Amino acid sequence: MSHLRLDSLQFRRWGPFTFTLAPGECVGLSGPSGAGKTLLLRSIADLDEHSGKIFLDHDECSEVQAPAWRRQVGLLLAESQWWHDTVGEHFPEIDEAVLKQLGLTPEVLKWPVSRLSSGERQRLAIIRLLGNRPKVLLLDEPTANLDQENTAQVESLIEEYRQSAGAPIFWVCHDKEQLRRVAVRQFRLEDGSLREYSPDQ
Amino acid sequence: MTLISLSPLDIGYAALLVLAMAGCTTALRLNLGRSIIIASARLIVQLMLLGLVLKVLFAAERLFWVALMALVMLLVGGREVMARQKRRLKGGWSYGVGTMSMFISCFATVIIALAVIVNPEPWYAPRYAIPLLGMLLGNTMNGISLSLDRLTQTAWQQRAVIEQRLLLGQDRREAMLDITRDSLRTGMIPIINAMAAAGIVSIPGMMTGQILAGSPPLEAVKYQIMIWLLIAAGSGFGMMAAIGAASRRLFDHRHRLRLDRLATPKS
Repeated sequence: MSHLRLDSLQFRRWGPFTFTLAPGECVGLSGPSGAGKTLLLRSIADLDEHSGKIFLDHDECSEVQAPAWRRQVGLLLAESQWWHDTVGEHFPEIDEAVLKQLGLTPEVLKWPVSRLSSGERQRLAIIRLLGNRPKVLLLDEPTANLDQENTAQVESLIEEYRQSAGAPIFWVCHDKEQLRRVAVRQFRLEDGSLREYSPDQ
Repeated sequence: MTLISLSPLDIGYAALLVLAMAGCTTALRLNLGRSIIIASARLIVQLMLLGLVLKVLFAAERLFWVALMALVMLLVGGREVMARQKRRLKGGWSYGVGTMSMFISCFATVIIALAVIVNPEPWYAPRYAIPLLGMLLGNTMNGISLSLDRLTQTAWQQRAVIEQRLLLGQDRREAMLDITRDSLRTGMIPIINAMAAAGIVSIPGMMTGQILAGSPPLEAVKYQIMIWLLIAAGSGFGMMAAIGAASRRLFDHRHRLRLDRLATPKS
């Protein structure tokens, strides 16, 4: 059970942003494209330069080795990348039960990456990310390219991880319906400012 | 065996052949005639100058002059490495990485060759030191520029993959592993090919020169073997140093990919 706290986080021309994600809390983030949503997630994962402080529980980002920070603060991008020839080579170890739960057979590990559909790619990308047992999940439009069935599978996998690991989730999404389903709080990023808003108003 | 000395007229005959060839390319509208003639003229002037410099250098046999010549060769080589990069590191880094890597690998190799293998008297005897250094610098320069070009180009194209690997918790070395390996391979292939084909497909230039100038073939062959082994080792170490340093420079202390440290290519 961890919490994530941003203290005057600034990057490029955005910020400062100060807010906290409580343990097990799923917070939605929406806003027009180009508003800086992806950049915000990248800064939290320390993939881009930023100023201000980010705390995971009591650890400040700059005091943790960068690779260790990124294993704990897991960022999932809309488009996953694969660099080995076969799927299985990307997984140091894998729980076959999780594969089955997502409608995949262990056979898939022997496939060349090019054989995967976009839905399979994204489900496997999530399994790969969760393999690090991150304490926080940052999701950048994780279901943007998926159909309804795949979307539902991804949502339930993430929901299950949130409950079992107590991980806070920061979910960037354009789909208002989806955010209403998964998020307990919502932020909107527009014109460089972050506002909390209630979707029902 | 006596050395058949070439007169200016002999060189002139060879030059006539090139002129004829340049004439043909003009007739074929290849637009190469001018370049061929300029390049040939540069070859003649530069090598004649080198011959004069070497003559003075050999006669003087002073460490200072040998070192100065070596320094000039190194700095010009460093510039060549930089000039052949499509996306070079910004600031002095491109020049610095290439020059430092060439300096470390070539100078170390040449000094080892002189001190342990050839043993001339004095150890910096320019008749041995300068040609050895020239062969090593030339080949290392090619290897480093090929491998650096590959490194920066691939990093640029594979930004998404590198960042994905970083996001999964790999450090900068792991995230670049495939790319650094590929770059080293690219730089080393010409030398490996040259060694594998030597004597069967091609007769190496240095050895040809020695034989034409009157050396016994077996002596020429032994020198050629030594030179190529030194080139393989020296340029390999040089590339490792250059790729290591350049790959490190593509990331900051927080293991973030910093493609902003690459210059945009001039089109």
